[in-house]
Amino acid sequence: MRLNPFRSRAFPGDARHWPGLFTATAAFFAYVYLPILILIALSFNENRTVTIWTGFSLDWYRMAFSNRDIVSATTNSLIIASVASVSATTLATLAALRMASNDRFLGKTGINAVFALPITVPEIVPAVATLMFFASLGFTFGLGTVIIGHIVFCIPFAYLPIRARLEGMDPKIGEAAADLYANPVQAFWRVTLPQLVPGILSGLVLAFIISLDDFVTTFFLGGAGSTTLPIYIFGLVRTGVTPEVNAISSLMLLLSLSLVSLSLFLGRDQNRKTGPD
Amino acid sequence: MKTTNRAGLHSVKLLIASAVALSALGGSASAAGELNLYNWSNYFAPELLERYEKETGTKVNIDSFASEEDLLAKLQAGGGGYDVIFPGTTTLGVMVEKGMLAKIDVNQMENFKNLLPAFTTIAGDEDRAYSAPYMWGTTGFSYDPEMVPGGALEESWKEMFEPRDELKGKIAMLNEMSDVWNAAAFYTGVSKCTEDPAEAQKILDLLMAQKPHVKLYSNDGTIDRMIAGEVAVHMQWNGASHRVKEKKPNVVYVYPKEGTTFWTDVIAVPKDAPNLEEAKKFVNWMMSPEVAAIASNYTGYSNAVAGSGEFLKEDLRADPAVNTPEEYNDRLRAFENCSPASKDLREKVWTKLKS
Amino acid sequence: MSRAGKNTLYRILLIGPALLAITIFMIVPLGLMAYISFRGRDYSGGVVWDQFTAEAYVRLFFERELDGTLALNFNYMAIILRSVWLSFLTMVISLAVGLPVAMFMATRDRKWKAVLVFMVTLPFWTNLLVRNYAWILLLRDHGTINSALLWLGIISEPLPLLHNAFAVAVGLTYSFLPFMVLPIYASLEKIDLKLVEASFDLYANRWQTIKRIILPLAYPGIVAGCVLVFVPALGAYITPELLGGGKTLMIGNLIGFQFGAARNWPFGAALGLFLLMLVLTSLWLYARRYRGEMERSP
Repeated sequence: MRLNPFRSRAFPGDARHWPGLFTATAAFFAYVYLPILILIALSFNENRTVTIWTGFSLDWYRMAFSNRDIVSATTNSLIIASVASVSATTLATLAALRMASNDRFLGKTGINAVFALPITVPEIVPAVATLMFFASLGFTFGLGTVIIGHIVFCIPFAYLPIRARLEGMDPKIGEAAADLYANPVQAFWRVTLPQLVPGILSGLVLAFIISLDDFVTTFFLGGAGSTTLPIYIFGLVRTGVTPEVNAISSLMLLLSLSLVSLSLFLGRDQNRKTGPD
Repeated sequence: MKTTNRAGLHSVKLLIASAVALSALGGSASAAGELNLYNWSNYFAPELLERYEKETGTKVNIDSFASEEDLLAKLQAGGGGYDVIFPGTTTLGVMVEKGMLAKIDVNQMENFKNLLPAFTTIAGDEDRAYSAPYMWGTTGFSYDPEMVPGGALEESWKEMFEPRDELKGKIAMLNEMSDVWNAAAFYTGVSKCTEDPAEAQKILDLLMAQKPHVKLYSNDGTIDRMIAGEVAVHMQWNGASHRVKEKKPNVVYVYPKEGTTFWTDVIAVPKDAPNLEEAKKFVNWMMSPEVAAIASNYTGYSNAVAGSGEFLKEDLRADPAVNTPEEYNDRLRAFENCSPASKDLREKVWTKLKS
Repeated sequence: MSRAGKNTLYRILLIGPALLAITIFMIVPLGLMAYISFRGRDYSGGVVWDQFTAEAYVRLFFERELDGTLALNFNYMAIILRSVWLSFLTMVISLAVGLPVAMFMATRDRKWKAVLVFMVTLPFWTNLLVRNYAWILLLRDHGTINSALLWLGIISEPLPLLHNAFAVAVGLTYSFLPFMVLPIYASLEKIDLKLVEASFDLYANRWQTIKRIILPLAYPGIVAGCVLVFVPALGAYITPELLGGGKTLMIGNLIGFQFGAARNWPFGAALGLFLLMLVLTSLWLYARRYRGEMERSP
């Protein structure tokens, strides 16, 4: 199918073109992006409030760049979210591969519950407890301790979509692959993994955004030099949030957009090499 | 089917690569001669930071917290690694009592003589062995004269707790247990450290009766809310009120006559500070007049150092919200450390108010 | 190695790392919290380690009168129930909004799929607080939406959109939508369009197709999405405060409050564990029913 997916002619049985589906999706994206557009617009506001527009200015971008607290907080956020989401997704993928299979073994339901555990209690409870635990082990607090905490609560966000993807997937595919390729590692990389990608990708981005927005765990497990963007922003309560925060948020969007475009661009190159599907 | 999702797979790989690259970048921190501060965000002038670095050659880092109670909990649970922290009066006493702070003998420091007499002692650290004052402020309320009947309100908590009909639904409170409790106690004439359930009931009744007229309880965005005219009256910290005036010069900050909470943020050093000697030097440095003035100019709150006035920005000196007029001094009520029974009562009142 | 032995080895190698991470860094700390919930309360915060008491659990349902007698107190239960109700509402709205989007995404070309996955999560690269401020700006009396409606002449008075349950539902749903959409998408993505088209030949009705083909396929994703929305929404507190007006506590605030200003760690721990039990029990009941259904069906 090479046509623009939004424009092709519908026929009654074509699930791609059910009326309403497109409208619902368009409405969804309007809902999701309307506040974001406003947020971006206000990053160009000339006065220091984040809810009243008075005129255009680039000052807040300049200020955000020269504010070293904001710059280091942003860097910390990106480091923590990248390392934690990738690690959590790796752990979750491995576990889901086994857990989604049809065989029963002792404690399977229990293990499933364990994987959901990190999200079942409001964060502050495990955060304080983990802090006490780390302190008793004599850990030095910093990015490392924060990353450990994030990996743990990111696991359910990666695990659930991946397992959902695997569930009901035909186990025969894996078996057939095992017959085709002599090596189970090869079979995994060439057959099972590509099948899993939508689940892994979903899990990875969910883990990433949940880590990026985290406040409580980061606050308690952090030490000198590990302030992240959410902590910085919530700490503004004494003096008020300024459009600097909108500016840095807009820049994060830009960064995300360029990463995605880059990956699509590289991906396209690769597809061309391997030929049409 | 086999070729599906290549692009997706690729983005996964790309993310992994960027994560590795980023973590390599982050590993290069930590060096000798560092001072790690722990403070509210945007509450310490970058100018001072650069100045201190230039004068001493010590690199200064700042980390942020968002509530002093959270800070206390974090230190109690064993967290830390900071050299200098900036807690408030509500938690200072506990930190001293529980031995969480280093005894740095602020009273022996060279610049201690610069402090205004009122700040040479503080509840919880009476002889200033552990803490130096940083900023101080008050919790009163602000109103927009254009939105209130007659253009002026009484200087009384009555305007907030028993609002006129025109102001009902146009009032915002801080979402802070101690500030709200104190104000209600001042207004009802009850001691804020009361242990009498009947008196606590009086406070609860007042707050419950007020609740339907309150538009919201929040600590965030008080400045924007006043400027946007979302509410006419806002219980507020004085420094925030000062920021409102940058955009709405007519806004009035009220020191209610029944009593206005007066709080101090202090500078202290945790017991296990990695760089104790440097931290002491820093505390002393913070008490010099020019440094204190630069700090105030940046935060919009008053400092406690005599002689800093001449370095203050004109708009701070001219604003009665920041530069408290002398006739209001007897309205200011300092922090008191209440008994557990009293704290229990206020917590019950707060939970009932919010359930 | 025997087949069974090999199986066990794989199981340990694959599940082991994640299980170990959660056991050390989640189960051990939660065990510590369970212990703390039975210790004495230090009024300055922290715990009196050498005192055993179940006071924290008594407090969940009773309050002590002056003379030391216990009286029933439903304040905390009311807060918990309200949070559960709000999370449930968030979950249902997210499902209703998210399912069609996930279906749309799953039926695109593969190039579009990747783009759409990122489009769903892109807004969440911004900070929660500023996103909420943007909503305030949209919803308040003189905000964007009211101004637009007034200008169009649809309304003559601003609608009360902010500081009420409506605003909280809008805000919470907004925050958690990706957590519903993406798991459903991930499980629907394997859908074979030919299957859907074939079903039309058989049933010839769209609703039937959704019910018999799409929902069963999406089912694991729906379950995952519901868990990922409902449970974290229980702990949300920024959005209820900023958009709802902070007039009532959510369970998230209530517990945070115990470790903060109220300085009652054992009670905070007890509340956390009570909630944990509540969630785990419902997950377990659900899993039991689900398995029962699976066994009954051929």
